Amino acid sequence: MSSTSTAPRSPAAPRPATVHRSPTAPPRSFLWTRRVVLTLVSLFTLVPVYVMISSSLKPLGDVSGKFSWIPTSFTIRPYIDIWSTIPLARYFLNSLIVAGTASVCSVVVAIFAAYAVSRYRFRGKRVFTVTVLSTQMFPGILFLLPLFLIFVNIGNSTGVNLYGSRGGLILTYLTFSLPFSIWMLIGYFDSIPKDLDEAAMVDGCGPLGALFRIVVPAAIPGIVAVTLYAFMTAWGEVLFASVMTNDTTRTLAVGLQGYSTQNDVYWNQIMAASLVVSVPVVAGFLLLQRYLVAGLTAGAVK
Amino acid sequence: MTSHPSPDHHSLTRGPASPVLLEATSQVPPAAGGDVLKSGGARPRVPRIPDRIRRGGLPYLLLLPALVLELLIHIVPMAIGIVMSFRGLTQFFIRNWGQAPWTGLHNFKVAVDFNAPIGKALLHSFYVTCGFTVLAVGLSWLIGTGVAILLQENFRGRGLLRTVFLIPYALPAYAAIITWAFMFQRDNGLVNHVLHDQLGITAKPSFWLIGDNSFYALVIVAIWKSWPFAFLMVMAALQNIPRELYEAASIDGAGMWQQIRKITLPSLRSVNQVLVLVLFLWTFNDFNTPYVLFGRSAPEAADLVSIHIYQSSFDTWNFGSGSAMSVLLLLFLLLVTAVYLIFTSRGRKSTDV
Repeated sequence: MSSTSTAPRSPAAPRPATVHRSPTAPPRSFLWTRRVVLTLVSLFTLVPVYVMISSSLKPLGDVSGKFSWIPTSFTIRPYIDIWSTIPLARYFLNSLIVAGTASVCSVVVAIFAAYAVSRYRFRGKRVFTVTVLSTQMFPGILFLLPLFLIFVNIGNSTGVNLYGSRGGLILTYLTFSLPFSIWMLIGYFDSIPKDLDEAAMVDGCGPLGALFRIVVPAAIPGIVAVTLYAFMTAWGEVLFASVMTNDTTRTLAVGLQGYSTQNDVYWNQIMAASLVVSVPVVAGFLLLQRYLVAGLTAGAVK
Repeated sequence: MTSHPSPDHHSLTRGPASPVLLEATSQVPPAAGGDVLKSGGARPRVPRIPDRIRRGGLPYLLLLPALVLELLIHIVPMAIGIVMSFRGLTQFFIRNWGQAPWTGLHNFKVAVDFNAPIGKALLHSFYVTCGFTVLAVGLSWLIGTGVAILLQENFRGRGLLRTVFLIPYALPAYAAIITWAFMFQRDNGLVNHVLHDQLGITAKPSFWLIGDNSFYALVIVAIWKSWPFAFLMVMAALQNIPRELYEAASIDGAGMWQQIRKITLPSLRSVNQVLVLVLFLWTFNDFNTPYVLFGRSAPEAADLVSIHIYQSSFDTWNFGSGSAMSVLLLLFLLLVTAVYLIFTSRGRKSTDV
């Protein structure tokens, strides 16, 4: 190694880049491994997606009989029937309200908390961040039983009916979306140079002014990504939804079970409904994939 | 793992130090939100405005909403859950649980009495969960890491594949799991159609969602759901490996496989420490997969702890017993996490992350 700079030597001190070498040409064995493995993994990933799409276009007789890769007869009826077999539109609305409110609430609260953690030193900061982080590892069942009891007893003593209500479910959803949002946003805010908001404060902004004029606008992609992620988690949540809802407040995650009746399991409609409920979150995910991935991985490699 | 070079090193070099140099000496990924605005703490020093330290109660004011919510949704319920586990909280006391008799450690004794039915079932479900977790986490990690490494070099179709592999991550869990449930149906499912009708591997169509096979069904679905997360994390870590390392290695005549073994895998050590822990916690607490696949009561072979506690709480309404089991589960998770962290950090030099 003949690096002559005054920089500390490192095992991998870069050579002066005079020769532009192409990186190692992959050997045959590597190329074949890549082909085989990626083909198998793609199949594993996509077969369920294919089953979902193709089965949603088959008549009931076809999904009840032997499975066939290619639909013999082709129909879009399932997409029409899903709305009448069960009150799907209502469940959709419930999911939308619950997941939307829970994610927006937790992100709004998290913005203030993450700003404090990211920009200030104060007593108890470590305790706070460790608590927030550790609640993410607790099993949901640990909170489900006490929350259920609390809701039932509040209803009994005050007449405020949290159990089975949308508000109650939203509250339980904060148990996972709030710590997650705080954690992710701390990562995003840390990546915004402090000089920016410090300069704003010198120019006469208050701390809140600096937060809303500088930090939040700079972190918009991150904030949107965290909101979406919180939304996705709430949208697919099953545990709390299975206990804390009733007929009118049921969400999609629990409502889809309605397609299995005593006489028939409408598999084609189940598949069609699964696709319909997946579209909003998958579309959002693909749109914001870049920001989401960046935030997720940053939070974890910290 | 080497620690970050301290910024003082670079007071020698004029201007901002080349990020390459910095990155090459540190295998710690920059802990920033994606785009590297801070190049590893090597910004040239500017006279700084004094740090905003403890400016009165402002930080606490900012934290207040979060603190209140944390209290309401985490701290209070957990305290109540722990209190509940010491009480005989059966269905008679659900509506006014203050009246439930104090039973001390009785619920815990019942839960760990492995000769009586309740303890026996719990122990069995614990074993099942351990086996399930080891298999699902191990294979998810393996597939995720392997695929990330294979996608490291650019080739045609790489971007498309990357998007495809994130589909399981983006689909709502229940929608994906219910599709797997359909595929595992005995008479009209894809799995039996392929194994029995098309390949003739199984002599007759087998049951996948009841009996012993249900364990494998559960593992497969869990892997399908969680390997993309491993893939994402490893992919992010791979982007932090400086190209120069590979170039130097190829100049020294190392082949592709050797480079993977000598450069790529060692660089992934720090991300793996976090990744395996997160995967473990998710998988061990997994409720969605068994619930959507099997319904309220899972077959014995696939009776994960989370659904076991759920079922024994809500079917018999014995919340005291359910709470005791939850507390035991939590203690176990805390213990494993603590041991894991001690073990993984022992091999580390101090890092300033």
